[in-house]
Amino acid sequence: MKQNIVISTKNLTKRFGSFTAVDEISFDVFEGEIFGFLGANGAGKTTAMRMLCGLSLPTSGNASVAGFDVYRKTEKIKRNIGYMSQKFSLYEDLTILENVKFFGGIYGMTKASIKTKSEELLVQLGLEKEATKLVGSLPLGWKQKLAFSVAIFHDPKIVFLDEPTGGVDPVTRRQFWDLIYDASEKGITVFVTTHYMDEAEYCNRISMMVDGKIAALDSPKQLKKTYEVNTMDDVFYHLARGAERTSD
Amino acid sequence: MKQFLAFVRKEFYHVFRDRKTLLLLFGMPIAQIILFGFALTNEIKNTKIVICDNSNDIATRAIIDKLEVSKNFEIEQVFLNNNEIEETFKKGKVKLVIVFPPNFNHSLNHENKAQVQIIADASDPNTANTLTMYATSIIGDYHKELMAGRKIPLQIETEMRMIYNPELKGATNFVPGVMALVLFLVSVLMTSVSIVREKESGTMEVLLVSPFNAVLVVISKAIPYFFLSIINLIVILVLSVTLLDMTIKGSVILLFLESALLIITALSLGLLISNSTASQQTAMIISLMGMLLPTVLFTGFMFPLENMPLVLQVISNIIPAKWYYIIVKSIMIKGLGFSAIWKETLILMGMTLFLLIVSIKKFKVRLS
Repeated sequence: MKQNIVISTKNLTKRFGSFTAVDEISFDVFEGEIFGFLGANGAGKTTAMRMLCGLSLPTSGNASVAGFDVYRKTEKIKRNIGYMSQKFSLYEDLTILENVKFFGGIYGMTKASIKTKSEELLVQLGLEKEATKLVGSLPLGWKQKLAFSVAIFHDPKIVFLDEPTGGVDPVTRRQFWDLIYDASEKGITVFVTTHYMDEAEYCNRISMMVDGKIAALDSPKQLKKTYEVNTMDDVFYHLARGAERTSD
Repeated sequence: MKQFLAFVRKEFYHVFRDRKTLLLLFGMPIAQIILFGFALTNEIKNTKIVICDNSNDIATRAIIDKLEVSKNFEIEQVFLNNNEIEETFKKGKVKLVIVFPPNFNHSLNHENKAQVQIIADASDPNTANTLTMYATSIIGDYHKELMAGRKIPLQIETEMRMIYNPELKGATNFVPGVMALVLFLVSVLMTSVSIVREKESGTMEVLLVSPFNAVLVVISKAIPYFFLSIINLIVILVLSVTLLDMTIKGSVILLFLESALLIITALSLGLLISNSTASQQTAMIISLMGMLLPTVLFTGFMFPLENMPLVLQVISNIIPAKWYYIIVKSIMIKGLGFSAIWKETLILMGMTLFLLIVSIKKFKVRLS
């Protein structure tokens, strides 16, 4: 099976002064896959992701996203990706529909396609009746699902999710992952960071980050086999035991 | 362009959803105008005055009688020499002293000319001004009556002396001052908070990941506040004209253009502050503490700049509101045209350009 590579990094490094947040990581992500980026707090997941999104300039190494170089083609990259940050990142004082229209607008979508797509989105999330409610009044789980839908609203090639399910109950998390699968089926590559090990099982492949380095990279099944354990939790303990950084 | 419009629309939503800020935004200028307006009552009644009559003759007594019957004055005491004038003022009850020199009537009749001195406590310049005007016109009345029966012209020279604040600077100019203060501060404060808010809420990250141009983020942030400030300006002008009988002598269009310029200066400064700070609180403290006091101090409408030490006068030059205040006074009060204020306009433009460039440069496209 020959797959297209959509994200490729080689010795990608980010230093803040004498602190090396991301230490020469190299990996490839294939088109359409759900790629889990795992690690303890402070392992360097968010920093790595920010470099790929063009939010942060690498110190050294190479990376390309959707075929564009992260140093020189940031603007091209931005047109091809969606992003959902750790913090809830919609406007709480805007209604659901206003938020959707705004993000559609800044991605340069036409009025007609914003209209049809936002109707679809509301139906998919079951939020038709809440369309004119302020986002601030929604429960957290709904906000997260909405934020995800907004992140893929402009049909990006790749969507980056930075701990998207933080603070959400297991049922909502499950529903959230249904949305991720839907997106994946549409051909959107999903790059997701998390430290919930049950979520790791949902990914096609995962990379385990420890102290800024990638300690392991494989499918969940293969990882469990390699380390001769039964759950992803155990894989994580096995790898993270040697970590020097304390969580922040 | 479509992206830009979407962004500006979003900014307007933010502004109109935030009722409290909106109330503050429009409440502040209205409250200021009304406060200043009613603090400045033009008519002053029953003011205690002291008369120092060194000649005590028919003429002076006739004038004193006239002063006595006027509803504006209440004669507290009549002295017969000058020694007690200063003491009287120090006690603070008396706002005005009228001094007749010796031989007033004699001079009037034989030299056809006499002098009278009016001394006012100008620590409150507006009151002092009004009181002196009343006194002068009462003496003028007497003068007219005298003249009626004579052929040779008579002269009563009234000499006015303002003590404590000889220039009478300040009070009447408060409307241009309020305009400068309100427009400048509101614009700085509002914009400085707006960008930082996005940083705090995490939405800035999402904006930075989007293909939306960073410069446009900065500009579209400023647009709603520009419109709100123009509305504020209209409110201030309408209130001053209707409530305070202020007249705009010069061109209204020029006034609006110059005001638009000041607003843009202030917005650029606000953007610079918000691009350089990380939290809404810091931004607010910098724009309130860092801007309010210098603006009040150095604009010149509360404290005359001419009386300040040279160092402070030099510092005052970097306050944009100072230049705007000069411009507004020239247009509104003196009725001057653009030729009189092009220098100040140029200075403001230079400041704006500088601030805009720096704030756009400072806007970080990346997080780290």
